Amino acid sequence: MINTPLEFERPLFELEKRIEDLREFSLKKGIDLSDEIAVLEKKSDALRKDIFGNLTPWQRVMIARHPKRPTTLEYIRLIFDEFIELHGDRSFRDDKAIIGGIADLGGHPVTVIGTQKGRDTKENIARSFGMPHPEGYRKALRLMKQAEKFKRPIISFVDVVGAYPGVEAEERGQGVAIAHNIAEMSKLSTTVIVVITGEGGSGGALAIGVGDKLIMLENAYFSVISPEGCAAILWKDGSRAQEATEMLKLTASDLKAKGLIDEILPEPQGAAHKDSDAMAKIIRESIIKGIDELSGIPTRRLIERRYARLRRIGEFSVRELPPGDLPMAASGNEDAKARADAFDLEGGTDGN
Amino acid sequence: MPNLKGIFQSKQKSVTVKAGTVRGDTPEGLWTKCEKCGGMLYKKELIENQGLCSDCGFHFRLSASERILVTLDDNSFVEYDEELITVDPLNFPGYDVKVEAARKTTKLEEAIITGIGSIEGFPALVGFMDFSFIGASMGSVVGEKITRLLERAARQRMPVIIFCASGGARMQEGMFSLMQMAKTAAACGRLSSTRTLYISVLTNPTTAGVFASFGSLGDIIIAEPGALIGFTGQRVIEETIKQKLPPGFQTAEFALEHGLIDMIVDRRNMRKTLRSLLSLHGGRRRNTG
Repeated sequence: MINTPLEFERPLFELEKRIEDLREFSLKKGIDLSDEIAVLEKKSDALRKDIFGNLTPWQRVMIARHPKRPTTLEYIRLIFDEFIELHGDRSFRDDKAIIGGIADLGGHPVTVIGTQKGRDTKENIARSFGMPHPEGYRKALRLMKQAEKFKRPIISFVDVVGAYPGVEAEERGQGVAIAHNIAEMSKLSTTVIVVITGEGGSGGALAIGVGDKLIMLENAYFSVISPEGCAAILWKDGSRAQEATEMLKLTASDLKAKGLIDEILPEPQGAAHKDSDAMAKIIRESIIKGIDELSGIPTRRLIERRYARLRRIGEFSVRELPPGDLPMAASGNEDAKARADAFDLEGGTDGN
Repeated sequence: MPNLKGIFQSKQKSVTVKAGTVRGDTPEGLWTKCEKCGGMLYKKELIENQGLCSDCGFHFRLSASERILVTLDDNSFVEYDEELITVDPLNFPGYDVKVEAARKTTKLEEAIITGIGSIEGFPALVGFMDFSFIGASMGSVVGEKITRLLERAARQRMPVIIFCASGGARMQEGMFSLMQMAKTAAACGRLSSTRTLYISVLTNPTTAGVFASFGSLGDIIIAEPGALIGFTGQRVIEETIKQKLPPGFQTAEFALEHGLIDMIVDRRNMRKTLRSLLSLHGGRRRNTG
């Protein structure tokens, strides 16, 4: 399968093309070139390993954004045995940047939601390049509440550059919709598995990205801000995105090392779009494993566990306060402070 | 009901605000210019006037300590969790210097002060964000302090009021920063299950990650007049839609018109409004001594 090459994989493409040409030539002329082809194939394998074994964060971002990267609907078709798409947020419209529905995973019903990019310009316009409006997030939440009602696990596929930036999106409460999704997802009484397949763009991704297990494809990224946005803020120069990418620590392996995600899925041949069937199979296995691990946990504990997972995120240090050197407000107020703490203890038994 | 009496008996002035610290908006000197009407304002008067333009009522931005002064009963505030210190989890170039500079200019440890205080005798847990500290962006410490405040409110069944102000996430803390949205929103979700009142007050500006998490999750959402409120930055929207934004876009008035907030409250009426809301939610007035 020949794809549009990214800059860094051009040598590999050229080599693959030469192999292809040789094959054609040998077929046409009836000359046996299998030895030469074998040598070149060995060389191309080594080159692939070299290139894809040493990807820079920026190169991974390029792969995550590759126009041929499989979309959520393609994965759904390949992963699930049946999928019935459901539409609409029941109050404004059907946002095609978010898709969702009920699927069959090896005989078990699940709810699937995800962001959906288009394959061509026309589809991208219809789907606003996969950037959801508030009604898209509200549709996702509606389907998640439905899943909760019918005790179906939720699988969320994330591949989004960010929430849609527009006048109407703001009018309809983009921030409000995201906030509600995050708060609700944190306490859903059903299993939630999140798979970041490509781009994990900030709040727009987090709005469907809170779960019991966070899985990332090898070349996917998850970031607080786009590399371009970060570069624009730091240096007023969006073209320095490559440098910003290094600083943001947004790759799957960086995030795994920091304990922010649970699992990294390898991409076949170094990039998911080179073999989407194989990629889908890997994702399917990981989802099934995830559901198996989590399905034994009683609902109350599952929610506690999800909260605890979010609760511990954050890095800071705690300074010892020397007595009498309390900062600003509490200065000279130690007595009141002590009482406040006593109240805290009492208060714990007060409410009902 | 636990005994709160002691908290309000301190004779000590709880917050010391030096003259002329309506920060960020007032250059050095005795006089300052109103951003809205251009009128010249005597700084001392501006401070006495709760940071409002005496001509047009424009709401100047307040620092956290100024906000405490104009909002809470005298001597009623006690700070919590002031010992949390920001670190540099990603070794992000220049972050340590930036934090240090912010500490120096603002005399704050981070972009939020949290604690307990009272409003016309009604006790509440309170949080005050300070925009002059790196745009009150939310990093690990801000997220942790808010989460602790919300958890404390849930434990004590004590109403909580957060004065929001923020440019969004603390980019230099990467995903640790983004996930503070999830952490604080989850804490809001938990608090809500305990049927405890949470009021969020959106001040100028409340945008991006803070608006899209605890800022929008109050049982009651109040905004100050003219405050910038929204998710996506205006420049980004303009670049996407390739046209100028309508006047008044993403203001408090815009948010009210589109149903995103409950009400706009003038700073002069804020204490009275909060007092009524606390009272209507079963708050009991304490003897302030």
